[in-house]
Amino acid sequence: MSSLGKGVRREEAERRGVFTRRALALGIGQLALFGFLGSRLYRLQSEEGERYRTLAEENRLSARLLPPPRGQVLDRNGRVIAGNRLNWRALLVAEQTQDVGATLETFSRIVPLLDHERARIEREVRRRRRFVPVTVRDFLAWEEMARIEVNAPDLPGIVIDVGTTRLYPEGEHLSHVVGYVAPPAERDMDGDPLLELPGIRVGRAGIEKHHEQPLRGRAGAVQLEVNAVGRVIRELDRREGLPGQDVQVSVDAELQKALRGRIEEGTSIVVLDARSGEVLAMASQPSFDPDVFNAGVSAAQWREWTRNRATPLINKATNGLYAPGSTFKMIVALAGLEAKVVTPGDRVFCPGHLDLGDTRFHCWRKQGHGGLDMRNAIKHSCDVYFYEIAKRAGIDRIAAMANRFGLGVDLEIELPGTKRGLVPTRAWRQAQGKPWNLGDTIVHGIGQGFYQLTPLSLATMAARLATGRAVQPHLTRSIGARPVRGGRAEDWPSLGIPERDLRLMREGMWAVVNEPGGTALGARLPGGLGVMAGKTGSVQVRRVSREQRERGFKAENQPREWRPHALFVAFAPYDNPLYAVSVVVEHGMSGSGAAAPLARDALIEVFNRFRTPPVPAVAPGPRVAQAGRPEASR
Amino acid sequence: MSGTARFERRLLTRDRGDGLLEKLWRIPWLFVLLLSAVAAVGYVALYSAGNGPEAYAAKHALRFGFGLVLMLSIAVVDIRVVARLAWVGYALGVGLLVLVLLHGNVGKGAQRWIDIGPLQLQPSELMKIMLALGLAAWFRRASWERVGNLFFLVPPAIMVLIPVGLILKQPNLGTGLITAMIGGAIFFAAGVRLWKFALILAAVGTAAPIAYDHLRDYQKARITTFLDPESDPLGAGYNIIQSKIALGSGGIWGKGFLQGTQGHLNFLPEKQTDFIFTMIAEEFGLVGALGTLGLLCLVVLFCYLVAFRCRHQFGRLLAVGLGTNVFLYVFVNIAMVTGSIPVGGVPLPLISHGGSAMLTTMLGFGLLLSVHVHRDAEFGPAQE
Repeated sequence: MSSLGKGVRREEAERRGVFTRRALALGIGQLALFGFLGSRLYRLQSEEGERYRTLAEENRLSARLLPPPRGQVLDRNGRVIAGNRLNWRALLVAEQTQDVGATLETFSRIVPLLDHERARIEREVRRRRRFVPVTVRDFLAWEEMARIEVNAPDLPGIVIDVGTTRLYPEGEHLSHVVGYVAPPAERDMDGDPLLELPGIRVGRAGIEKHHEQPLRGRAGAVQLEVNAVGRVIRELDRREGLPGQDVQVSVDAELQKALRGRIEEGTSIVVLDARSGEVLAMASQPSFDPDVFNAGVSAAQWREWTRNRATPLINKATNGLYAPGSTFKMIVALAGLEAKVVTPGDRVFCPGHLDLGDTRFHCWRKQGHGGLDMRNAIKHSCDVYFYEIAKRAGIDRIAAMANRFGLGVDLEIELPGTKRGLVPTRAWRQAQGKPWNLGDTIVHGIGQGFYQLTPLSLATMAARLATGRAVQPHLTRSIGARPVRGGRAEDWPSLGIPERDLRLMREGMWAVVNEPGGTALGARLPGGLGVMAGKTGSVQVRRVSREQRERGFKAENQPREWRPHALFVAFAPYDNPLYAVSVVVEHGMSGSGAAAPLARDALIEVFNRFRTPPVPAVAPGPRVAQAGRPEASR
Repeated sequence: MSGTARFERRLLTRDRGDGLLEKLWRIPWLFVLLLSAVAAVGYVALYSAGNGPEAYAAKHALRFGFGLVLMLSIAVVDIRVVARLAWVGYALGVGLLVLVLLHGNVGKGAQRWIDIGPLQLQPSELMKIMLALGLAAWFRRASWERVGNLFFLVPPAIMVLIPVGLILKQPNLGTGLITAMIGGAIFFAAGVRLWKFALILAAVGTAAPIAYDHLRDYQKARITTFLDPESDPLGAGYNIIQSKIALGSGGIWGKGFLQGTQGHLNFLPEKQTDFIFTMIAEEFGLVGALGTLGLLCLVVLFCYLVAFRCRHQFGRLLAVGLGTNVFLYVFVNIAMVTGSIPVGGVPLPLISHGGSAMLTTMLGFGLLLSVHVHRDAEFGPAQE
């Protein structure tokens, strides 16, 4: 027992010794590993803590841009012609519904959805995280919204949300001036992060494009805390952006609408404030609805626009190019006077034609005008007189004079893409490798030939004839309530034409409208409104051969697109010019028949709209009406 | 000499005849307090993870309460009874492992569990304790010479290999390795010669590359992303990177209770279970993390103290096995969340949310306390 016990005890002691040593080794080993964990924690949390804090912030912070409201475009009376409209949208939040398909099914019973719309919605729902709203339908009508709200319990996941979209209350009436907006394309990306926001629009034409920067504003930003799947938890910081600035233009929307109501396809009218150069109206028919671009133009719509021969997308007032015809004759006369190749009293005999070698240039009056001085040559629009003056002055003097009156030069109007036009010179023709012949000069003496001028530049010419100053047409009155561009008559430099010569031109133009025998006598303004002075013009669009002429050529028997264009330029009132007008009626046959009455109607509208003369947009300074008024004469 | 023996005998006799009250008296209540402190840390962390007590924390407290009752009940069960029933426990563990392979539920490609009423039991967790029991029972009478005998080591080696094989088959690489390591710790403490360990390590070293080929894809992914977590920041490496970011951003003092951004914004995966320690480290900083690690270290230390105080080999080996089990839980979990070893899906004992883990953990501590309460129990002479 005792020896056995001793053995047991010895064995027990041995076993215990081994156990103690080994358990100690295990324990110390495990303690050491715990120490390793401690050091690891120390390294992560203390030494690298800063780095991980940064990473953690990057993890949870997300900055989002706040689109600023786009500035409005206002007409001269403050009426909104490009504004922002609330856009009520139905959105679908997938996580709020059990069955996306069922919700859409119910929705389409209230607001019908097309198959391709449903396909798009379902595709977006699959692609995005379940809490990200997907647009189901834009531009909800009021009653559609009401129906959705009433049925809300049956439409889990559908939420109504409001955004903004561009709205043009005047529709097609001002689309050529205001332009339109569209989603930005690759070439519009100018580094502004705002342009990457969904739903943002940039100006694509007109004022919207020219004043894109002030209209756009600057994006604000919110700093958001997001969780691991990107859901917004809360807003940490908000920096408001800069809303787009309102741009006021000089156009009078009511006047514009009234003018457009009177004109037919292919006609354009420009009305300028003759002293300041502000564009009061600029109508071109046909036009287009700018709202269409906002929602996205369908292929069919685009085809219709681009194939339409009447070119609705083109503003004919700035981009239509026409030969000026007889409206150009004052320029030829002034060139002759300046070159001293003619005096106002010099008479030229018109037998109905001018022969140069074996080429015969006809006057519009077959039987001729007899002897005419300058005033009567303008009044009767005698072609032979101006053939002769042009022959004496030479094409380059005529071209230089035309440029001084704003023809064939860049007028810097705030409408991107505006045409500069063409006033030919000897050098220009030679650059084409062709000689300039005397016969060319003669033809250009009555505004025919290579001329390509815009109605806007013709109106500018009328304004400069009326004021003697280098009035520049412009549209912008103010940006963000700050007036821009000096617009008083005295702000424009003098053209350097002797007042005596200008007075003669104005008298001739007065006689055209107001004297028996004038070419536009029928277009006199009714009494009490003021007196209009103007000049008619008709331009052949095809050459009329001698043969045709002998067989009794009648333009009105020609197909419409072969008939001549009708033009008229005018200013009024004669004794204190306030307004300058140009009218071009494509294929309108004659300036006196088609264009002059429109100019008269336009001026009647203008006088009715402006009981007092329009006030240009100028900040402090002398009133315009008192200062720099061109001297009235008779 | 004989006087001392008599004294000892008397003590043992008294011990054997002791009533329930005196056993309860011998329970180290300081240790129970320590466990409660760790569970309290878990409560706070789960409160934060669930943004209030409802989600996890309240259940956690309730489970710990049940666990305490279970632990104390086991603590007063005579250790010799435990030793006699060790085989039954081992057989039960293996049986459950087989059952789970045949009828269990599979989640995340790895864990397998059996639904027992409201409880989801993971037999692999239970198996680790049953293996410690079984091995302690096998080695309890073995003398130094006996342990040196190779043939004596064959049955316990099989005892380790059967459950490890079943767990690997689930497949659960992490738990399989941990189970093997617990077995190894008991072999080591029981006196198995060191050269045998060297031999096995060498064998495993050569077999590892071959074994790698047989791993599942997600297991391979874990190992490769561990080696270079940034290689796949949104895929398999996401957990490790996010865990390190949350942990590191906590800094020295932490972001404050309920203020942890990474955890609350769900950048942290599995924040109530495997990554609960990250939650603590983010909100309470290095101080909180080291404090928690310190408490758990004390728990492991206590297991060794119990082993050293114990006068019978069964208790010693069991205590070392249980201590190693706790150590491995803690080490693997924290090493995992700090990006030190591949992610293994091992919870943090007493802190992570989970009923099954709490149950098996408290069962283990119950056995440990039973060892301590019956540290002087006499098992009769060692055989041979």
